[in-house]
Amino acid sequence: MKIGVCIKQVPAKDAPLAVAEGGAWIREADIGFEMNEPDGYALEEALRLKEKHGGEVVAISMGPERAKQAIKEALAKGADRAIHIADAEFSKLDPLSSARSIAAAIHPENFDLILTGLQSDDQGFGQTGVLLAELLDRPHATLIMQIEVAEGRMKLKRELEAGWFQWVELPLPAVLSIQSGINKPRYATLKGIMAAKKKEIATVNRATLGVSGASTQRVEKIYVPQKTKKTEFITGQPKEVAAKLVEKLRHEARVI
Amino acid sequence: MKVLVITEQREGKWNKVSFETLAAAQQIARETGGSLSAAVIGKGVAALAGELTGFQLDEVLLVEHDLLEKYTPDGFTIALRQLIEQSKPDLVLLPHTYQVRDFAPKLAASLNKGSAGQAGRGMIGDCIGYRHEGGKLTFVRQMFQGRTNADVVFLGDPPWIASFQAGAFRADLAAKHASGKAPAKPVNVDLQPAQIRTKPLELFREAKQAVDLTQAPVLVSIGRGIKAPENIPLAEKLAKALGGEICASRPICDEGWLPMDRQIGSSGQTVAPKLYLALGISGAIQHVVGMKGSRTIAAINKDQNAPIFEVADYGVVGDLFEIVPALIAELEKPS
Repeated sequence: MKIGVCIKQVPAKDAPLAVAEGGAWIREADIGFEMNEPDGYALEEALRLKEKHGGEVVAISMGPERAKQAIKEALAKGADRAIHIADAEFSKLDPLSSARSIAAAIHPENFDLILTGLQSDDQGFGQTGVLLAELLDRPHATLIMQIEVAEGRMKLKRELEAGWFQWVELPLPAVLSIQSGINKPRYATLKGIMAAKKKEIATVNRATLGVSGASTQRVEKIYVPQKTKKTEFITGQPKEVAAKLVEKLRHEARVI
Repeated sequence: MKVLVITEQREGKWNKVSFETLAAAQQIARETGGSLSAAVIGKGVAALAGELTGFQLDEVLLVEHDLLEKYTPDGFTIALRQLIEQSKPDLVLLPHTYQVRDFAPKLAASLNKGSAGQAGRGMIGDCIGYRHEGGKLTFVRQMFQGRTNADVVFLGDPPWIASFQAGAFRADLAAKHASGKAPAKPVNVDLQPAQIRTKPLELFREAKQAVDLTQAPVLVSIGRGIKAPENIPLAEKLAKALGGEICASRPICDEGWLPMDRQIGSSGQTVAPKLYLALGISGAIQHVVGMKGSRTIAAINKDQNAPIFEVADYGVVGDLFEIVPALIAELEKPS
């Protein structure tokens, strides 16, 4: 099975965020970046499918030069090769333009299966997988918690809301967005890190892909949300606190 | 602005977030001086359409087809694309549910495909609000897992598609029809079995006594501060005294102390109860996104700097093992 897995490099979880000049993105200069955590689950699932069914795993990442760091991590964990869609300004792209670019870059690969994470921890649009399916004319499913492949079809466990799940069947080729928590992602081994140095990273400049289509939306500004609630602290001995809180919930908030 | 809200149902039961989005859609239609339609999609859902006619709407659109009985992304995209082509809204609003995130970006991208002009439209998903200022409509959504907000605007021609996060608007503010009923209109869609590539199989729940936390009026939620599984009955007793359900942040479910279906947050359920009482929960953003829409939030935590107090209406800094028994005693007192 030839599997493409989309990974994105995002600001590290504990990175201090400051709004950049212009107001529409963060200042990237002084912060660390890491592989988007939800994409780590997609990568792990791709590697497991390859181990079970054979084939190849290709890591795909769009971003500036620094994205190669996330690509190398994917190669160290076991991806066979990578495609880097280079664009220094990619954080300005809307979800449809991003997906059009990825679709254009990977179309010639003709993957049997394309995996994405649930969403990115930075922009969090959560649209890439679904859009790739539409643009490449493949069936898709999202929020996947289990994958079983047999005879050119997949049986998939999807997570729904409120504790519900559903089995669905899809023919291959297809696109799947993986739900976080589906597996326990592996760590890169020293051997893997050494092996990654010899693996191919094909870089394509996004501008050369000839992607057409206008932007559909624009982020005008980002900002730290204002705290809308004023917390009323209740103090005293436990008994007093309990009496005051119950009184407030009953007669002030009127929620019990 | 001509607004269309697409409601969500499964097996004839509403996803109640639909009414939050309906309330938002009424407000946007009113502020932009436009009309408002609401659509129900499925099979055998005329009774639900009937319920919708009681709301302040210009029309209710009923999209029924045998192939829409069970949700599939292909079936819903093809049917809703035809609905949008026929009713020509400027703005399509949906509740940001798991189902919507599964098909709405595809629906947007499939609009006006193969026709003259701009092909494909955008979707601004998971919005927490909007602003209408000087004729300009701006959507607000979160980025960086709630650490920042972002103002996002549509570019290009309508129709535009946006979805609102659960808890962003209040369902009880959805206005009832002022003078009788809105007219209901069936919409014919052409759908062939071969167009649907997904085969939906059975729906199931993993936990035996699974509970729909989104329907509970009161939720008592526990975090790492509960310390050990032996302490959970204490929280359960409080939930019972409040007539509510118990739930938890992710670490508690990862430990297996409570089943996964009781998890609140970005990887669990999103809830908006009347009262959310957080016990020993620090309030990491992944948790907060799942509960911040609650009407009233009370938090008990030993750390006065815990971020949970950022969203709490009432805060108690103290030992939950002292305060919870006192709360139970207070609630059990004859009032």
